[in-house]
Amino acid sequence: MWARPSQLFSRGIIGMNRRNIRYIGRYNDRRLYPLVDDKLQTKLLAEKHGITTPALVGTVTTQFGVKQLRQMVTGHAGFVIKPAKGSGGKGILVIERCDPDGYIKPSGARLTLADLERHVSNILSGLYSLGGSPDVAVVEALINFDETLSAYTYEGVPDIRVVIFRGYPVMAMMRLSTAASDGKANLHQGAVGVGLDIATGAALRGVQFDRTRLDHPDTGHELASLRIPDWHALLLLAAGCYEMTGLGYLGTDMVLDRHRGPMLLELNARPGLAIQMANGEGLRPRLDLIEQQGEGVGPEQRVAFAQRHFARRGVLCRPHQPRPSVVASAPSA
Amino acid sequence: MSRLPFYLIVGLLLVLGIGFSVHRHVQLEVPWTPGEQRQTWEVEAVVDFTALGEPVRVDFALPSHQRGYRILTENTASPGYGLSFLQDDAARRAQWSIREATGSQQLYYSIRLLVTDDRDQQPIPRPALRNSAWERPYDTAAAQVIERAWARSADPYTFARELIRDFSDDRQGENARLLLTQFDRGPLLVRLLNQAGVHAREVSGLMLNDGRRRQTLTPWIQVYEDERRWSLFNPVTGEQGRPDNLLLWETGGQAVLEVQGGTNSRVTFSMLSRNQPAAAAVRSQLANDTLLNFSIHSLPLEEQALFQTILLIPIGALVVVFLRIMVGIKTSGTFMPVLIALAFIQTTLLTGLIGFLLIVAVGLVIRNYLSYLNLLLVARVSAVIITVIAIISLFSVLSYRVGLNAGLTITFFPMIILSWTIERMSILWEEEGPKEVLIQGGGSLVTAVLAYLAMNNPWIRHITFNFLGVQLILMALILLLGNYTGYRLLELRRFKPVTED
Repeated sequence: MWARPSQLFSRGIIGMNRRNIRYIGRYNDRRLYPLVDDKLQTKLLAEKHGITTPALVGTVTTQFGVKQLRQMVTGHAGFVIKPAKGSGGKGILVIERCDPDGYIKPSGARLTLADLERHVSNILSGLYSLGGSPDVAVVEALINFDETLSAYTYEGVPDIRVVIFRGYPVMAMMRLSTAASDGKANLHQGAVGVGLDIATGAALRGVQFDRTRLDHPDTGHELASLRIPDWHALLLLAAGCYEMTGLGYLGTDMVLDRHRGPMLLELNARPGLAIQMANGEGLRPRLDLIEQQGEGVGPEQRVAFAQRHFARRGVLCRPHQPRPSVVASAPSA
Repeated sequence: MSRLPFYLIVGLLLVLGIGFSVHRHVQLEVPWTPGEQRQTWEVEAVVDFTALGEPVRVDFALPSHQRGYRILTENTASPGYGLSFLQDDAARRAQWSIREATGSQQLYYSIRLLVTDDRDQQPIPRPALRNSAWERPYDTAAAQVIERAWARSADPYTFARELIRDFSDDRQGENARLLLTQFDRGPLLVRLLNQAGVHAREVSGLMLNDGRRRQTLTPWIQVYEDERRWSLFNPVTGEQGRPDNLLLWETGGQAVLEVQGGTNSRVTFSMLSRNQPAAAAVRSQLANDTLLNFSIHSLPLEEQALFQTILLIPIGALVVVFLRIMVGIKTSGTFMPVLIALAFIQTTLLTGLIGFLLIVAVGLVIRNYLSYLNLLLVARVSAVIITVIAIISLFSVLSYRVGLNAGLTITFFPMIILSWTIERMSILWEEEGPKEVLIQGGGSLVTAVLAYLAMNNPWIRHITFNFLGVQLILMALILLLGNYTGYRLLELRRFKPVTED
């Protein structure tokens, strides 16, 4: 039921207090938080730095502008409405497709235009934003996520969380939504977290509700064969967010688009600790190693450094031989 | 980045805090524990009025030695006023006078009382019977009321009790209602008692409750059995006997406050209980306050009572900091539990818990309906605030009707905070489900209860109020906790699966 502190310490697990004081407090300048807390700002900044993000359909900034919503989304098969300052996936509405009768969510539920307008109006009044401050609604094009991954997820789009420390990718996991998580990719709501080898992008182990899992609870597909295509490009993109924001301890949420490859979905200046559970390993040894590295290293070298030092063999049995330093984008079985 | 300055500051705070406290203990003989001591009360009366620019005379009743209380010292503050104390066999009065005064005036009278075990009733001369004629139709009503109570009673006490009960709400007859339309309850009861040949007068008393401010006197009916023996009756309930914490303020049957040359006069009381060593209780220690003896005891009593609560807030904050950093309990709103705990101090724990759960539960149901109305946030929270006020009023009235006076204390809950709690919990319910609401709501309640237990502990109250140095120690502890990078207690469970491979 309870672990001894020494057990956790020997595995390099870091707790909330250490994360807050030692990493977030020391490496994240509070002045930079607005860049990541406001998704619209992140998006515009990413465009400036040449980092791919989902296409922007439009924004709604005033209650008056809510009436233009229909015009804005016409012509887009699927789209996502999200609050610019939302946190924890709150207030994100995904519309998979629309027909003359209304808008259809991934779950099959049908919404009317009035429902959408009400949702946008709620976003504007600050229902989902931190502290309830007035907010802006951002409408993005739907991500056409990579077919090879569809067997591993239920309803929602799986995203890949990479923790970037001083520009080095230190740990990664994929978050697969489940029926229990209601299509959301939040681990505490019941999504499956799959730890990923930094060297290859191959699955290490899966957890749901903090317990080890070998397969997806809804699709039944085993997790061991999961391997992220375009892994090196994805790491490069994630590592580039350090130059973009200046934040030293950063959580990047990435998605894979069928046509456009890896894309930055959003950034988090206070990334959670569940990634340690998914990897079955503490962050501390890796963070300690990065802290000894000097400044002024480019993203390419940083990714190579991380892939060399953080390579690992998974605890799940894998059909492929581990190839630690080779960047593989081969599709899995 | 050196942590040396941090530890220096913490060390300095600890040394200063402990030093101040030890100094107070040694130099001023303030004991570490509240026990084995004599209890004293400090009561301060503030007379407020608006002077009209004419000569002013203020006549104010004063309390005397009485059962359970002995007067230690009394002080007045009234710049520019002449003052004299008048004493006759029934009562003591203070008389302030000034040739000319305009505008708002404030006169202070404070008294220190020692709580004694003296059980002897003080002799107060019996008032004469005063018979006065009634006008029609009140004469028959009075006669009937007296006759009814007389028939059901055996002696002056039982008569008084029956008479008062006839005027209490549930048994109010037609005659009683008629009389109450014309006369005030207190004088009316005395008049009826006198008419039936029972010696009685209306007196005023002050209920002593620690830390209360802006209190007023409550009326009581003093009924004589014979020449010397008397008993007090509550004019509303008819209950006989004197509560232990009742200080009789005016026993002459006269007005408590008379002001000539002024309007809008009123008098309010604040009071504070203090435990002191028996010897020190008699000795006034207010005189030699220097900067080193820096103490809130030199403030006016009303502010002292306020500070007694304020100085407890750091204790609540420490509990919250500890539970969040060391244990990892989730609460809804960081310091909301401290405010709830403060309310618990006024309501007592059980009443407070029931009240809190009732308000939040009913609030959640109504908030749930409001969410269908699709309102903007500020308007919705305002609607919740009004709802909370309505719930509190409703519960107060209901509980009073069924005779639960404890229910009235529900008004001590911070309404705005409760409304935000309801709003947050409602959003949490919609987004994360009822489980998360239970976790955070339960966490908040556990934190509030623990903070309450800490803040209501007599020893902690004694220490925080009498040793200001303790605040520095608390500050140092909170700073140290803010520097803790180790695991939280609940994380030992959360990360347990990682250690199992």
